[in-house]
Amino acid sequence: MQPGEIAGLKPSVPLRNIFGEALLEVARANPKVVVLDGDLGNSTKAELVRYEFPERFFNIGIAESNLVGVGAGLAACGFIPFIVSFSSFLLCNAYDQIRLAIAMSNVNAKIVGSHGGITLGKDGPTQMGIEDLALVGGLPTFVILVPSDPASMRRAVQAAADHVGPVFLRSSRMAMPHIYPEDACPFEIGKANIVREGDDVTIIGCGLMVSAALDAAALLAGEGIEARVLDMHTLRPLDVDAVVAAARETGAIVTAEEHLLQGGMGSNIARIVAAHHPVPMRFVGLADVYVESADPYRLLEKYHLTAYDIARAAREAVEARRAVGA
Amino acid sequence: MKDTVTLDYRSLREKARQIRLDILDMTTKAASGHPSSSFSAVEIVTALYFGGLLRYRPHQPDWPERDRFIMSKGHAAPLLYAVLAHAGYFDRSELWRLRQLDSPVQGHPIQGMMPGVEATTGSLGQGLSLGVGHILGGRLNGLDYRVYVLLGDGECQAGQIWEAAMSAAHFRADRLIAILDYNKYQETGPISREMALEPLADKWRSFGWHVEEADGHDFEDIIPRLKALQQVEGQPSILIAHTVKGKGVSFVEADYRFHGRALTPEQAEKAREEINATG
Ligand SMILES: Cc1ncc(C[n+]2csc(CCOP(=O)(O)OP(=O)(O)O)c2C)c(N)n1
Ligand SMILES: [Mg+2]
Repeated sequence: MQPGEIAGLKPSVPLRNIFGEALLEVARANPKVVVLDGDLGNSTKAELVRYEFPERFFNIGIAESNLVGVGAGLAACGFIPFIVSFSSFLLCNAYDQIRLAIAMSNVNAKIVGSHGGITLGKDGPTQMGIEDLALVGGLPTFVILVPSDPASMRRAVQAAADHVGPVFLRSSRMAMPHIYPEDACPFEIGKANIVREGDDVTIIGCGLMVSAALDAAALLAGEGIEARVLDMHTLRPLDVDAVVAAARETGAIVTAEEHLLQGGMGSNIARIVAAHHPVPMRFVGLADVYVESADPYRLLEKYHLTAYDIARAAREAVEARRAVGA
Repeated sequence: MKDTVTLDYRSLREKARQIRLDILDMTTKAASGHPSSSFSAVEIVTALYFGGLLRYRPHQPDWPERDRFIMSKGHAAPLLYAVLAHAGYFDRSELWRLRQLDSPVQGHPIQGMMPGVEATTGSLGQGLSLGVGHILGGRLNGLDYRVYVLLGDGECQAGQIWEAAMSAAHFRADRLIAILDYNKYQETGPISREMALEPLADKWRSFGWHVEEADGHDFEDIIPRLKALQQVEGQPSILIAHTVKGKGVSFVEADYRFHGRALTPEQAEKAREEINATG
C-alpha cells in the first residue's frame, strides 16, 4: 500500500525529481546559487543544474569532508552553496566539517540530505539516513526542513535559498503524493501546517509520514475519532505554539517520522509537551534497529511505519486520554 | 607442467564466467544493484579465492589464521556473495535472496550477516583502514595472515583512503595488499572528467607503497603479480588492476550510466549470450 492511498491523495513522481527541478529554479533566479555534488548528482537530481549552469556546478567526488569544506569556503565568498548528497554520507562522513565550517561559523550554506529515511529500499542500511535528523539536530544554528509533497518541496527549496544561514533540507528517493495544490502550499519556516482539522487527537508527521497520517485520520474517522493532522515541515525552529495548541485542544498526540525515535521529531515534540501541557503521547518511528534491504513498501510495513500503525497509536493515545478523564 | 598451468587458467576463466552469470541473475532478479561495478572485478576476486592466493576455510569462516578479503567498494556486493557461494561459504541458492525482505543477503555487505563477509561497507573509503587494523591485530595475536582490500578508483577520492595508506606504510604493513579496480569511471562519469586521480601509481609510491600494475581481466597477469607482491618486505603493496567497468557485456561497457542499475530481463538475455560466448 502506498502512503496517501486511503486518503485519496494524487500520486506523484519521486520527490528527488521535484527537488532537482526546484534547485534549478533557484539557480536560475539567483546567480549566487552554486551546487556541490558528491558524485551522486544522477541519484539526487542535482545534475539538472549541471546541464544548464556547468560553471556553477562542482562535482567534488567521493569525498564528503572536502565537499563540505569547499562549500563553506564558497559561502564565505558570498555564494549560496547547496551541498547535495545522500543524507547518511554527508552527516555521518562530514559531521565535524559541517559542525565547524557551517554550523559554528553560521555561514549561509545549505546541506541537502537526499535519500532520507528507509524508503531508498533495496540499497540497504549502509545508505539509509535514519539518524540524519538527530545528527543535524545536534547542530544548533541549523534550520531543518523536511518537505512532505511536491509543492512543499518546491517551497522548501525556495525557503532554504532565501533564509540567510545554515539550512538542512531532507530529500527522498520516494514518490510522495500531493497533499497541497501546486500553487497553494503554505510554507513559512517554523510554522506547521494544519492539513486536517480534528478535536480528538493530533497526529504530527513530517515527510512521507504526513500522507500516512492523513490515511490514518481517514481510518480513524470511520471509527468516530476525528484526528487533527499537522505537517511539521520545519523541525527547527519547531512550532511550539502549534504543538501546545494541539495538546490543549485535542488532549492526545501521536508523532510519526521516517527516522529513529531517538533524537528525532517526536522526542523534541515530547519535550515541549512535557514542559507546557502534558498529555498522553505515542510515537511512530524506528525503534533501535537498522533496517534491511528490500522494497520500500514492504519495509514500511515490516518496520511499522504505515497508516495502520499510526491509527493504532492514535487509538492508544485516545484511550490513555480517556483513562485520565480528559 | 605447462599443460596443467594452462588447464588451471582455463578453469579460472570458466569460474569467472559462472560468477558473472550469477551476478547478472542476482541483480536482474532483485531489479536493482550494481552489476557493472561487480563485472569489473570478477577476475580479481576470482583469482584471490580460486587462484591459490587466499588462505581460507569456508566451513570455518572465523578461522583465526585465515587471510582476510575486505570488499571496500561495497556496492560490488553481488560479486562478493557470488564468489563466497562458489567457494562454499553458503549455498548458492542464497544468492537469489539478494535485496529481498527477511534475507541476510543485503544490498551492501554487513559484517556477520553472511559467512565470509569480513566488513560492513557501502559508504566508500573505509575498507583500507579496517585492513590496517587487521594487520596490527594479526601482529599482536602472533598470526601471519595476509589482508587483501579491493578498492574502487573513484573511492580513492576519499580522504580516509590516504589516511589509511599513510598509516599502512608507517606500520610497514607488508602483509597488506590492496587491489585497485581501475576501471576509469565513477558514478557520474569518467574519473578524469569528474575528479582526476592521475598520476595514481606515483601517489601510492610517494605514500610509501610498492606498486605493480596488471591487466585486471587476465588471470595470467593478475596471479603472478599478486604472488610477487606477497614477497614484498617492509612496505604495503598495491596492484593497480586496469579493468573495464561492465566487463563482459558490450552495452554495459559502453555506457557508464549503467552504474547502480540492474539489467532488464530482456537486456539480461542478451548479456547472458555475450558472457557465454566470451567464457
Ligand atoms: C561515502 C560515499 N559517497 C558516495 C557513495 C555513492 N556511490 C556509490 S558507488 C559510487 C561510485 C564508485 O565509483 P568507483 O569507486 O570507481 O567504483 P566502481 O563502481 O567504478 O567500481 C558512488 C559515488 C557511497 N557509496 N559512499
Ligand atoms: Mg570506478
